[in-house]
Amino acid sequence: MKRYLLLFFLLAATLFSACSPAGPVTLTVMTHDSFAASQSVISAFEQANNVKLVFLKSGDAGVALNKAILSKDAPLADVFYGVDNTFLSRAITAGIYEPYASPLLAKISVQYQLDISDQALPVDYGDICINYDKAYFLTHKLPIPVSLEDLLNPEYKNLLVVENPATSSPGLGFLLATIKHFGPDGYLKYWSSLRVNGVVVVDDWNSAYYNNFTGSSGHGSQPLVVSYSSSPAAEVVYAASPLTTAPTASILGPDTCFRQVEFVGILKGTRHLDLAQKFVDFMLGQQFQEDMPLQMFMYPVNPDASLPSEYIQYAQTAPQPATLDPSVIAANRDQWIADWTAAVLH
Amino acid sequence: MSRFNGDACAGGPTSVGGLRPSWIRPLLPWLGASVFLGLFFFYPLARILWLGLNPSALITLNLDSLLLAVHSLGFTFYQAALSTLLTLVIGLPAAVLFARNDFRGKSFLRVLTAIPFMLPTVVVAAGFNALLGPNGWVNLGLMDLFHLSSAPISMVGSLGVILLAHVFYNTTIVIRLVGNALSHLDPRLEQAARTLGANPQRVLGLLTLPLVRPSILAASVLVFIFDFTSFGVILLLGGPGFSTLEVEIYKQAVQIFNLPLAGLLSLIQLLCTLAFSILYSRIVIRNVVTSAPRPAESNLHKVRSVRQKLFLAGMLVVLMGLFLLPLVSLPLASVTRLQADLGVRGPVQYGLTINYYTELFINRSTSIFYVPPFKAIGNSLGYALLTVVLSLALGFPVASALARPGRLGRLLDPLLMLPLGASAVTLGLGFIITFNRPPLAFVTSPLLVPLAHTLIAMPFVVRSLQPSLASIPDRLRQAAASLGASSQRVWFAVDWPIVARATLSAAVFAFTISLGEFGASSLVVRPEYPTLPIAIARFLSQPGGLNYGQAMAMATILMVVCGLGILLIERLRLPGAGEF
Repeated sequence: MKRYLLLFFLLAATLFSACSPAGPVTLTVMTHDSFAASQSVISAFEQANNVKLVFLKSGDAGVALNKAILSKDAPLADVFYGVDNTFLSRAITAGIYEPYASPLLAKISVQYQLDISDQALPVDYGDICINYDKAYFLTHKLPIPVSLEDLLNPEYKNLLVVENPATSSPGLGFLLATIKHFGPDGYLKYWSSLRVNGVVVVDDWNSAYYNNFTGSSGHGSQPLVVSYSSSPAAEVVYAASPLTTAPTASILGPDTCFRQVEFVGILKGTRHLDLAQKFVDFMLGQQFQEDMPLQMFMYPVNPDASLPSEYIQYAQTAPQPATLDPSVIAANRDQWIADWTAAVLH
Repeated sequence: MSRFNGDACAGGPTSVGGLRPSWIRPLLPWLGASVFLGLFFFYPLARILWLGLNPSALITLNLDSLLLAVHSLGFTFYQAALSTLLTLVIGLPAAVLFARNDFRGKSFLRVLTAIPFMLPTVVVAAGFNALLGPNGWVNLGLMDLFHLSSAPISMVGSLGVILLAHVFYNTTIVIRLVGNALSHLDPRLEQAARTLGANPQRVLGLLTLPLVRPSILAASVLVFIFDFTSFGVILLLGGPGFSTLEVEIYKQAVQIFNLPLAGLLSLIQLLCTLAFSILYSRIVIRNVVTSAPRPAESNLHKVRSVRQKLFLAGMLVVLMGLFLLPLVSLPLASVTRLQADLGVRGPVQYGLTINYYTELFINRSTSIFYVPPFKAIGNSLGYALLTVVLSLALGFPVASALARPGRLGRLLDPLLMLPLGASAVTLGLGFIITFNRPPLAFVTSPLLVPLAHTLIAMPFVVRSLQPSLASIPDRLRQAAASLGASSQRVWFAVDWPIVARATLSAAVFAFTISLGEFGASSLVVRPEYPTLPIAIARFLSQPGGLNYGQAMAMATILMVVCGLGILLIERLRLPGAGEF
């Protein structure tokens, strides 16, 4: 009898603990490692909706997406931000999203709405370009390269650092730019020549920019790095002493940059659908979109959001970015990455 | 657990009168471990292999994939063979040194060589990075000395540093296994050879080494297995250019998301590891020391001749250099500010600082983690305790069963070692896929982590307990029983005092293994309950002085805790007993 009583009390205790008093609900947002937002903006959303936001930084874009796909039957979060146009096909095919036709989509330009089923909604875009360190080129009296072919010149030997396209979305973006420029039959020859010219490969953008790049706080050894066209603006914003010109700039020749769009989506199986939808609206809304450029250094898709002055002055968008049809990327991406790995790393 | 107890005493399990068939009793001790292994190892493994290898998935495999598999396999064999060779080159003289000589600081040096084995791969990677990396002590020193503008030594990212790290990791295996065998050799054999006129080199070459050949073989196979399945070292120190089987499995599964290929590679790795572990079991079981084993102390003597002193000095320099330098670089890097924090562009205040340690206790909302690092330490300790309880509960019966070699033991022994060889990534993926729907819907449970750790710790626990349990002479039990003790009393009065030390040692073993496990944890861990190695790896992967410094600080804490654990194991071991 005593045993059953104990069992009963234990069950009751667990049941009661499950029905906790109505405190703030927790909304979990899974993101890639580069997600950043101002505390004030986040707190504003939390207070307005009586919710606690938890951000799960889950690795770079590809790895985070794979984690989401693998756990789709018991999702780790309610919302997933971080898929870009190079991985979009994988996310949609895996069916991890819950469609949501946000009212704010009406404002956003069609060129960013790459998913017509409204499962993945665009949040920001950027141009993946090669950044160069002005001071280095000045002291070493080197001409600044203007095209992809220039990078093969022997005077730039060992001076370029790129990210591994298998692990890094800027790396993949740059690879796709070379495929667009040289064609699927010629890009491997280009990369073999780059390899002969001493291109350095690292796994992620953080390492490349902050360890290898001469123009950042890391003071590395490569003055050419695959980064974003907004990175020069970041250098001005975070400079130790006020600057009037950006210390770095981007190479903006035709096909040297790749246009990247990042998406957010509600994960299927979320238990807080209303809140998740509100959060997506929040990410597409003006407050977040205006905060984003100086936090994540990507351009807002919402045309109502005004750009900070540093952007207008120092950041550049590529006039002719390389673009590839998402379905072409979807069909060939993995093969291209495998071929690249064999040609450059092995 | 002895046969005698079951037959004669009133309280034994067969007192019910022969209702239990005789083939069940040998299986009983294996029951708990088998269920555990079956549910949490074989079943997830089968699920992931099926996911990768079912006919519809196999069609996606093409020539490129097969070439990649062959390439990875080849490189894995190559670097493992090379590493094993180098480990033997350093380890054999060291084993001779420890087995034959007694000198001041010997136990310290022993512990020093054993610490790396317990360290998580992230700590070793961090240590070598702190020593040999572009911002490491060697490069900084050289740049300072010769006024160079860029780092002269770029070992990180080369095959050399991988080999070095492997030697760092595995020398202790050679020292222990071969050293144990050497110290148990009957000195009279060698003395007889000497009186017959052989010089010391001939004695070493023609008598001593052949006598300990089984242990050299066993050590080589074990070192080869560990080098073959090496993951963290290749990934973190080798960089994107090097790809062994396990790294390739990780890349294909986690980054490229080509599960069929990952499944194929997992299968290849499993078969290889099974083959090696069968080889190992065969060698160990056949390693019967024919001459009367002497206690280790009878083989020790003080260093006398000049040649011996030179040998001692040389080995001391090599061992201290190889083991002490990376281990010391770590804590030094954790208290020195050498580079700017991420994004901070002002002048760097070089110098000593405890900032990195204090930063561990502050939870900045912009941090890549939303739990403060010190909570990761707490989580790791909790998981480790659970692992100890579970692996002892499951491993103790198995160890007693293995203490008496029989057909069942020979059959099941290699299967027990299998979790060590299976890719941690495969295991982690298997967990995620298997336990995500009812009735086994606990993929979101933090308990998966200690379960994974138990899988890895159990073989070590069994191996630690086995010799001690085997060493209990049956006569003692029989004597106690004939004096009237019940089987429980016999166990408490005879068995327990003898195995108590080994049990404590096994517990500490399981504890330190759990603390340091990285491969499986990185896939199975819930983000809100991170472990210490996960936290270290995350901070290491984010550049900038503050992140690097915090990683170093946490790695130092982990190193100290593991070091204390090893010290405890050392003190508790019966000198000379035990395979590790």
